[in-house]
Amino acid sequence: MRGMRRKNLLTICLLLCAINAHSQNEFASANGDLLAIMEKTQRKEKNIVAKLKAPTVLEVKWSVLEKLLNSNTDTTYIVNFWATWCGPCVKELPCFEELNRNYASQKVRIVLVSMDFVDDMEDRVVPMVERMKLKNTVWLLNEPDANSWIERVDANWSGALPATLIINTKQQKRVFYEKSLDYETLNRKLSYFVDE
Amino acid sequence: MKRYLASIYGTLLLGMVVSLQLPATGFPNQKIDPVQADYKIGDVVADFQLRSVDGRSVSLRDFDNQKGVIVIFTCNHCPFSKAYEDRIGALNGKFAGQGYPVIAINPSDPKSYEDDNFEKLKEHVSAKGHAYPYLVDDSQTVARAFGANRTPQAYVLQNNGGKFTVRYIGTLDDNPQDPGSVRKHYVDDAVSNLLAGRPVTTTTTRAIGCAIKWKDA
Repeated sequence: MRGMRRKNLLTICLLLCAINAHSQNEFASANGDLLAIMEKTQRKEKNIVAKLKAPTVLEVKWSVLEKLLNSNTDTTYIVNFWATWCGPCVKELPCFEELNRNYASQKVRIVLVSMDFVDDMEDRVVPMVERMKLKNTVWLLNEPDANSWIERVDANWSGALPATLIINTKQQKRVFYEKSLDYETLNRKLSYFVDE
Repeated sequence: MKRYLASIYGTLLLGMVVSLQLPATGFPNQKIDPVQADYKIGDVVADFQLRSVDGRSVSLRDFDNQKGVIVIFTCNHCPFSKAYEDRIGALNGKFAGQGYPVIAINPSDPKSYEDDNFEKLKEHVSAKGHAYPYLVDDSQTVARAFGANRTPQAYVLQNNGGKFTVRYIGTLDDNPQDPGSVRKHYVDDAVSNLLAGRPVTTTTTRAIGCAIKWKDA
Protein backbone atom coordinates (compact mmCIF):
# COMPACT_ATOMS: atom_id res chain seq x y z
CA MET A 1 0.00 0.00 0.00
CA ARG A 2 2.78 2.34 0.92
CA GLY A 3 4.66 1.43 -2.17
CA MET A 4 1.56 2.09 -4.18
CA ARG A 5 1.18 5.61 -2.74
CA ARG A 6 4.83 6.37 -3.41
CA LYS A 7 4.35 5.22 -6.95
CA ASN A 8 1.31 7.49 -7.30
CA LEU A 9 3.22 10.40 -5.90
CA LEU A 10 6.00 9.78 -8.34
CA THR A 11 3.50 9.59 -11.17
CA ILE A 12 1.89 12.87 -10.11
CA CYS A 13 5.28 14.42 -9.79
CA LEU A 14 6.25 13.23 -13.24
CA LEU A 15 2.93 14.42 -14.59
CA LEU A 16 3.38 17.86 -13.06
CA CYS A 17 6.85 18.06 -14.45
CA ALA A 18 5.55 17.10 -17.84
CA ILE A 19 2.75 19.67 -17.66
CA ASN A 20 5.20 22.30 -16.55
CA ALA A 21 7.57 21.46 -19.34
CA HIS A 22 4.71 21.49 -21.80
CA SER A 23 3.41 24.85 -20.66
CA GLN A 24 6.94 26.24 -20.86
CA ASN A 25 7.13 25.01 -24.41
CA GLU A 26 3.77 26.50 -25.07
CA PHE A 27 4.92 29.83 -23.75
CA ALA A 28 8.10 29.65 -25.78
CA SER A 29 6.22 28.91 -28.96
CA ALA A 30 3.68 31.66 -28.25
CA ASN A 31 6.60 33.98 -27.69
CA GLY A 32 8.12 32.87 -31.00
CA ASP A 33 4.87 33.48 -32.82
CA LEU A 34 4.65 36.92 -31.37
CA LEU A 35 8.13 37.74 -32.59
CA ALA A 36 7.27 36.33 -35.98
CA ILE A 37 4.13 38.44 -36.10
CA MET A 38 6.07 41.52 -35.04
CA GLU A 39 8.69 40.86 -37.66
CA LYS A 40 6.02 40.31 -40.27
CA THR A 41 4.35 43.58 -39.34
CA GLN A 42 7.66 45.35 -39.53
CA ARG A 43 8.35 43.83 -42.93
CA LYS A 44 4.93 44.95 -44.09
CA GLU A 45 5.59 48.47 -42.89
CA LYS A 46 8.92 48.41 -44.66
CA ASN A 47 7.20 47.33 -47.85
CA ILE A 48 4.70 50.13 -47.52
CA VAL A 49 7.54 52.60 -47.03
CA ALA A 50 9.33 51.14 -50.04
CA LYS A 51 6.16 51.47 -52.05
CA LEU A 52 5.63 55.03 -50.93
CA LYS A 53 9.18 55.93 -51.91
CA ALA A 54 9.42 57.04 -55.54
CA PRO A 55 10.34 54.12 -57.78
CA THR A 56 13.78 54.12 -59.34
CA VAL A 57 12.26 54.42 -62.77
CA LEU A 58 8.75 55.73 -63.36
CA GLU A 59 6.72 54.34 -66.22
CA VAL A 60 4.94 57.21 -67.96
CA LYS A 61 2.61 57.78 -70.89
CA TRP A 62 3.01 60.46 -73.55
CA SER A 63 0.55 62.78 -71.75
CA VAL A 64 3.01 63.11 -68.85
CA LEU A 65 5.88 64.03 -71.11
CA GLU A 66 3.65 66.36 -73.08
CA LYS A 67 2.67 68.17 -69.90
CA LEU A 68 6.33 68.69 -69.10
CA LEU A 69 7.09 69.97 -72.61
CA ASN A 70 4.22 72.44 -72.38
CA SER A 71 4.62 73.50 -68.78
CA ASN A 72 4.50 77.25 -68.65
CA THR A 73 7.22 77.70 -66.06
CA ASP A 74 10.60 79.35 -66.08
CA THR A 75 12.26 76.02 -65.43
CA THR A 76 14.64 74.80 -68.08
CA TYR A 77 14.04 71.14 -68.79
CA ILE A 78 16.66 68.90 -70.28
CA VAL A 79 14.95 65.83 -71.67
CA ASN A 80 17.35 63.14 -72.76
CA PHE A 81 16.05 60.16 -74.75
CA TRP A 82 18.10 57.04 -74.20
CA ALA A 83 17.93 53.26 -73.94
CA THR A 84 19.95 50.60 -72.16
CA TRP A 85 20.74 48.94 -75.51
CA CYS A 86 22.10 52.18 -77.01
CA GLY A 87 25.84 52.35 -76.35
CA PRO A 88 26.37 56.06 -77.07
CA CYS A 89 23.35 56.88 -74.86
CA VAL A 90 24.71 55.05 -71.84
CA LYS A 91 28.11 56.64 -72.40
CA GLU A 92 26.75 60.18 -72.13
CA LEU A 93 24.54 59.58 -69.06
CA PRO A 94 27.30 60.68 -66.62
CA CYS A 95 27.35 64.09 -68.36
CA PHE A 96 23.74 64.61 -67.34
CA GLU A 97 24.59 63.55 -63.79
CA GLU A 98 27.36 66.14 -63.68
CA LEU A 99 24.97 68.79 -65.01
CA ASN A 100 22.49 67.83 -62.30
CA ARG A 101 25.14 68.39 -59.63
CA ASN A 102 26.42 71.66 -61.07
CA TYR A 103 23.02 73.20 -61.72
CA ALA A 104 21.41 72.02 -58.48
CA SER A 105 20.79 75.60 -57.32
CA GLN A 106 19.36 76.75 -60.66
CA LYS A 107 15.95 76.26 -62.19
CA VAL A 108 17.10 73.30 -64.21
CA ARG A 109 15.45 69.91 -64.22
CA ILE A 110 16.82 66.88 -66.02
CA VAL A 111 14.67 63.95 -67.08
CA LEU A 112 16.19 60.86 -68.63
CA VAL A 113 13.51 59.24 -70.75
CA SER A 114 14.21 55.58 -71.45
CA MET A 115 12.83 54.16 -74.68
CA ASP A 116 13.38 50.59 -73.51
CA PHE A 117 10.56 48.10 -73.82
CA VAL A 118 8.27 47.96 -70.76
CA ASP A 119 9.14 44.28 -70.42
CA ASP A 120 12.77 45.25 -69.85
CA MET A 121 11.99 47.58 -66.92
CA GLU A 122 12.91 45.20 -64.08
CA ASP A 123 15.64 43.19 -65.79
CA ARG A 124 17.51 45.92 -67.64
CA VAL A 125 16.44 49.50 -66.93
CA VAL A 126 16.18 49.52 -63.13
CA PRO A 127 19.43 47.52 -62.63
CA MET A 128 21.34 49.88 -64.93
CA VAL A 129 19.98 52.99 -63.22
CA GLU A 130 20.95 51.53 -59.85
CA ARG A 131 24.36 50.35 -61.01
CA MET A 132 25.16 53.77 -62.47
CA LYS A 133 23.74 55.42 -59.33
CA LEU A 134 21.77 57.89 -61.42
CA LYS A 135 20.36 60.75 -59.36
CA ASN A 136 18.44 62.31 -62.21
CA THR A 137 14.77 61.56 -62.67
CA VAL A 138 14.39 58.53 -64.93
CA TRP A 139 11.20 57.75 -66.81
CA LEU A 140 10.36 54.87 -69.07
CA LEU A 141 8.07 56.11 -71.81
CA ASN A 142 5.50 53.41 -72.42
CA GLU A 143 4.30 54.48 -75.85
CA PRO A 144 5.24 51.76 -78.34
CA ASP A 145 3.76 53.57 -81.35
CA ALA A 146 6.66 55.99 -81.68
CA ASN A 147 5.31 57.31 -84.97
CA SER A 148 2.46 58.88 -82.99
CA TRP A 149 4.64 61.11 -80.79
CA ILE A 150 8.22 61.44 -82.12
CA GLU A 151 7.27 64.38 -84.30
CA ARG A 152 5.70 66.12 -81.34
CA VAL A 153 9.00 66.14 -79.47
CA ASP A 154 10.71 67.73 -82.45
CA ALA A 155 9.57 67.93 -86.06
CA ASN A 156 13.05 67.04 -87.31
CA TRP A 157 13.66 64.07 -85.08
CA SER A 158 14.09 60.83 -87.04
CA GLY A 159 13.72 58.87 -83.83
CA ALA A 160 17.41 58.01 -83.54
CA LEU A 161 19.03 57.80 -80.11
CA PRO A 162 20.52 59.48 -78.24
CA ALA A 163 18.46 62.65 -78.57
CA THR A 164 18.28 65.60 -76.22
CA LEU A 165 15.83 68.46 -75.93
CA ILE A 166 16.59 71.58 -73.90
CA ILE A 167 13.44 73.60 -73.43
CA ASN A 168 12.22 76.63 -71.51
CA THR A 169 8.63 77.40 -72.42
CA LYS A 170 8.47 80.73 -70.60
CA GLN A 171 11.53 82.01 -72.44
CA GLN A 172 10.25 80.33 -75.60
CA LYS A 173 13.60 78.72 -76.16
CA ARG A 174 14.29 75.23 -77.31
CA VAL A 175 17.18 73.36 -78.84
CA PHE A 176 17.13 69.78 -80.03
CA TYR A 177 20.03 67.44 -80.68
CA GLU A 178 19.83 64.12 -82.45
CA LYS A 179 23.36 63.08 -81.56
CA SER A 180 25.71 62.29 -78.70
CA LEU A 181 26.65 65.24 -76.50
CA ASP A 182 29.52 65.95 -74.15
CA TYR A 183 29.45 67.94 -70.92
CA GLU A 184 31.03 71.05 -72.45
CA THR A 185 28.45 71.31 -75.22
CA LEU A 186 25.59 70.83 -72.78
CA ASN A 187 27.05 73.28 -70.29
CA ARG A 188 27.65 75.95 -72.92
CA LYS A 189 24.18 75.57 -74.38
CA LEU A 190 22.54 75.55 -70.98
CA SER A 191 24.19 78.86 -70.07
CA TYR A 192 22.00 80.53 -72.72
CA PHE A 193 18.94 79.31 -70.88
CA VAL A 194 19.78 80.02 -67.27
CA ASP A 195 21.93 83.15 -67.29
CA GLU A 196 19.17 85.55 -68.25
CA MET B 1 19.57 66.56 -107.27
CA LYS B 2 21.05 63.12 -107.65
CA ARG B 3 23.39 64.27 -110.36
CA TYR B 4 24.26 67.35 -108.36
CA LEU B 5 25.23 65.18 -105.41
CA ALA B 6 27.15 62.89 -107.71
CA SER B 7 29.10 65.84 -109.02
CA ILE B 8 29.93 66.93 -105.50
CA TYR B 9 31.04 63.43 -104.74
CA GLY B 10 33.13 63.47 -107.87
CA THR B 11 34.62 66.83 -106.92
CA LEU B 12 35.59 65.60 -103.49
CA LEU B 13 37.42 62.72 -105.03
CA LEU B 14 38.90 64.84 -107.81
CA GLY B 15 42.19 63.52 -109.03
CA MET B 16 41.59 60.13 -107.49
CA VAL B 17 38.83 58.16 -109.12
CA VAL B 18 36.95 60.68 -111.26
CA SER B 19 36.78 58.36 -114.22
CA LEU B 20 35.28 55.63 -112.06
CA GLN B 21 32.58 57.96 -110.73
CA LEU B 22 31.37 59.24 -114.08
CA PRO B 23 29.67 56.20 -115.62
CA ALA B 24 27.15 56.11 -112.77
CA THR B 25 25.45 59.25 -114.07
CA GLY B 26 24.56 57.65 -117.38
CA PHE B 27 22.36 54.92 -115.91
CA PRO B 28 21.07 56.19 -112.60
CA ASN B 29 19.02 53.09 -111.92
CA GLN B 30 21.45 50.56 -113.23
CA LYS B 31 24.45 51.24 -111.09
CA ILE B 32 24.23 52.07 -107.43
CA ASP B 33 26.19 55.02 -106.20
CA PRO B 34 26.16 54.62 -102.43
CA VAL B 35 26.09 58.36 -101.89
CA GLN B 36 23.43 59.52 -104.31
CA ALA B 37 20.76 56.85 -104.09
CA ASP B 38 18.05 57.22 -101.47
CA TYR B 39 14.81 55.66 -102.61
CA LYS B 40 11.53 57.45 -102.28
CA ILE B 41 7.99 56.23 -102.98
CA GLY B 42 7.63 55.58 -106.71
CA ASP B 43 11.35 55.14 -107.37
CA VAL B 44 12.53 52.10 -109.30
CA VAL B 45 15.08 50.09 -107.34
CA ALA B 46 18.35 49.08 -108.98
CA ASP B 47 19.25 45.41 -108.99
CA PHE B 48 21.54 44.25 -106.21
CA GLN B 49 23.35 41.04 -105.48
CA LEU B 50 24.31 39.83 -102.03
CA ARG B 51 25.46 36.66 -100.35
CA SER B 52 22.89 34.95 -98.17
CA VAL B 53 23.68 33.55 -94.75
CA ASP B 54 23.26 30.04 -96.17
CA GLY B 55 25.92 30.74 -98.77
CA ARG B 56 23.83 31.46 -101.89
CA SER B 57 24.20 34.48 -104.09
CA VAL B 58 20.83 36.25 -104.22
CA SER B 59 19.88 39.16 -106.43
CA LEU B 60 16.67 41.16 -106.88
CA ARG B 61 16.51 39.80 -110.43
CA ASP B 62 15.89 36.34 -108.97
CA PHE B 63 12.44 37.62 -107.97
CA ASP B 64 11.43 38.78 -111.46
CA ASN B 65 8.69 36.16 -111.53
CA GLN B 66 7.10 37.51 -108.34
CA LYS B 67 4.47 40.24 -107.99
CA GLY B 68 6.84 42.07 -105.71
CA VAL B 69 9.05 41.69 -102.66
CA ILE B 70 9.13 42.86 -99.07
CA VAL B 71 12.70 44.00 -98.41
CA ILE B 72 13.44 44.30 -94.71
CA PHE B 73 16.70 45.64 -93.35
CA THR B 74 17.25 43.93 -90.03
CA CYS B 75 19.99 42.49 -87.88
CA ASN B 76 20.60 40.28 -84.89
CA HIS B 77 21.88 42.64 -82.18
CA CYS B 78 19.05 45.17 -82.13
CA PRO B 79 16.20 44.58 -79.64
CA PHE B 80 13.67 45.88 -82.17
CA SER B 81 14.91 43.43 -84.79
CA LYS B 82 14.68 40.64 -82.27
CA ALA B 83 11.16 41.71 -81.36
CA TYR B 84 10.14 41.65 -85.01
CA GLU B 85 11.89 38.46 -86.11
CA ASP B 86 8.84 36.23 -85.77
CA ARG B 87 6.63 38.84 -87.41
CA ILE B 88 9.02 38.98 -90.38
CA GLY B 89 8.67 35.22 -90.69
CA ALA B 90 4.89 35.56 -90.44
CA LEU B 91 4.81 38.17 -93.23
CA ASN B 92 6.79 35.82 -95.44
CA GLY B 93 4.52 32.94 -94.47
CA LYS B 94 1.45 34.94 -95.38
CA PHE B 95 2.63 36.66 -98.55
CA ALA B 96 5.35 34.49 -100.17
CA GLY B 97 2.68 32.19 -101.56
CA GLN B 98 0.77 35.20 -102.90
CA GLY B 99 3.76 36.58 -104.81
CA TYR B 100 5.31 38.88 -102.19
CA PRO B 101 8.17 37.03 -100.47
CA VAL B 102 10.39 38.62 -97.83
CA ILE B 103 14.06 39.40 -98.48
CA ALA B 104 15.85 40.23 -95.22
CA ILE B 105 19.09 42.20 -95.46
CA ASN B 106 21.54 42.64 -92.61
CA PRO B 107 23.43 45.94 -93.03
CA SER B 108 25.30 45.79 -89.71
CA ASP B 109 29.01 46.23 -89.57
CA PRO B 110 30.15 43.00 -87.87
CA LYS B 111 33.09 44.95 -86.41
CA SER B 112 30.62 47.05 -84.42
CA TYR B 113 28.35 44.20 -83.35
CA GLU B 114 29.66 40.74 -82.69
CA ASP B 115 26.13 39.32 -82.92
CA ASP B 116 26.12 40.27 -86.58
CA ASN B 117 29.24 38.46 -87.73
CA PHE B 118 28.74 35.83 -90.40
CA GLU B 119 29.25 32.81 -88.16
CA LYS B 120 26.79 34.11 -85.57
CA LEU B 121 24.20 34.81 -88.28
CA LYS B 122 24.68 31.32 -89.67
CA GLU B 123 24.20 29.76 -86.25
CA HIS B 124 21.14 31.89 -85.64
CA VAL B 125 19.49 31.15 -88.97
CA SER B 126 20.09 27.42 -88.72
CA ALA B 127 18.61 27.45 -85.22
CA LYS B 128 15.59 29.52 -86.22
CA GLY B 129 15.11 27.97 -89.64
CA HIS B 130 14.21 31.07 -91.66
CA ALA B 131 12.04 30.40 -94.69
CA TYR B 132 13.16 33.65 -96.34
CA PRO B 133 16.62 34.63 -97.59
CA TYR B 134 18.75 36.52 -95.08
CA LEU B 135 21.35 38.50 -96.99
CA VAL B 136 24.57 39.99 -95.70
CA ASP B 137 25.24 43.59 -96.71
CA ASP B 138 28.46 44.00 -94.79
CA SER B 139 29.73 46.61 -97.24
CA GLN B 140 26.47 48.49 -96.46
CA THR B 141 26.17 49.39 -100.16
CA VAL B 142 22.58 48.22 -100.54
CA ALA B 143 21.42 49.85 -97.30
CA ARG B 144 22.95 53.13 -98.45
CA ALA B 145 21.39 52.78 -101.88
CA PHE B 146 17.97 52.32 -100.31
CA GLY B 147 18.57 55.16 -97.88
CA ALA B 148 17.79 52.82 -95.02
CA ASN B 149 18.68 54.17 -91.60
CA ARG B 150 17.15 51.73 -89.11
CA THR B 151 16.81 48.09 -88.31
CA PRO B 152 14.20 46.92 -88.86
CA GLN B 153 13.07 49.02 -91.82
CA ALA B 154 10.73 47.70 -94.49
CA TYR B 155 10.46 48.51 -98.20
CA VAL B 156 7.54 47.07 -100.13
CA LEU B 157 8.51 46.83 -103.80
CA GLN B 158 6.00 46.16 -106.56
CA ASN B 159 7.28 44.37 -109.63
CA ASN B 160 6.11 45.80 -112.94
CA GLY B 161 7.75 43.72 -115.64
CA GLY B 162 11.10 43.50 -113.90
CA LYS B 163 10.99 47.04 -112.55
CA PHE B 164 10.72 47.00 -108.78
CA THR B 165 8.94 50.15 -107.65
CA VAL B 166 8.92 51.41 -104.05
CA ARG B 167 5.37 51.46 -102.63
CA TYR B 168 5.96 51.60 -98.89
CA ILE B 169 8.87 52.60 -96.64
CA GLY B 170 8.96 52.43 -92.87
CA THR B 171 8.13 50.45 -89.79
CA LEU B 172 6.45 47.04 -89.96
CA ASP B 173 3.59 47.97 -87.64
CA ASP B 174 2.77 50.33 -84.79
CA ASN B 175 3.83 48.23 -81.81
CA PRO B 176 7.34 46.74 -81.63
CA GLN B 177 6.81 45.66 -78.03
CA ASP B 178 3.62 43.65 -78.21
CA PRO B 179 2.44 41.91 -81.39
CA GLY B 180 -0.93 41.41 -79.73
CA SER B 181 -1.49 45.15 -79.37
CA VAL B 182 -0.75 46.11 -82.97
CA ARG B 183 -3.47 48.30 -84.47
CA LYS B 184 -1.80 49.44 -87.70
CA HIS B 185 -0.24 46.66 -89.78
CA TYR B 186 1.55 48.96 -92.24
CA VAL B 187 3.44 46.37 -94.31
CA ASP B 188 0.60 43.86 -94.27
CA ASP B 189 -1.86 46.58 -95.33
CA ALA B 190 0.44 47.82 -98.10
CA VAL B 191 0.95 44.37 -99.60
CA SER B 192 -2.74 43.46 -99.21
CA ASN B 193 -3.73 46.63 -101.04
CA LEU B 194 -1.25 45.99 -103.85
CA LEU B 195 -2.47 42.41 -104.21
CA ALA B 196 -6.05 43.70 -104.45
CA GLY B 197 -5.03 46.23 -107.09
CA ARG B 198 -5.59 49.16 -104.76
CA PRO B 199 -3.17 51.98 -103.96
CA VAL B 200 -1.25 51.81 -100.69
CA THR B 201 -2.93 54.05 -98.10
CA THR B 202 -0.03 54.77 -95.74
CA THR B 203 3.10 54.88 -97.90
CA THR B 204 5.63 56.18 -95.40
CA THR B 205 6.21 55.91 -91.66
CA ARG B 206 9.26 56.44 -89.52
CA ALA B 207 11.17 53.22 -89.14
CA ILE B 208 11.49 52.65 -85.41
CA GLY B 209 14.51 50.72 -84.28
CA CYS B 210 18.26 50.88 -84.01
CA ALA B 211 20.20 53.35 -86.11
CA ILE B 212 22.38 51.63 -88.70
CA LYS B 213 25.94 52.32 -87.63
CA TRP B 214 27.82 53.28 -90.79
CA LYS B 215 31.31 52.01 -91.28
CA ASP B 216 32.92 55.38 -92.01
CA ALA B 217 30.81 57.34 -89.53
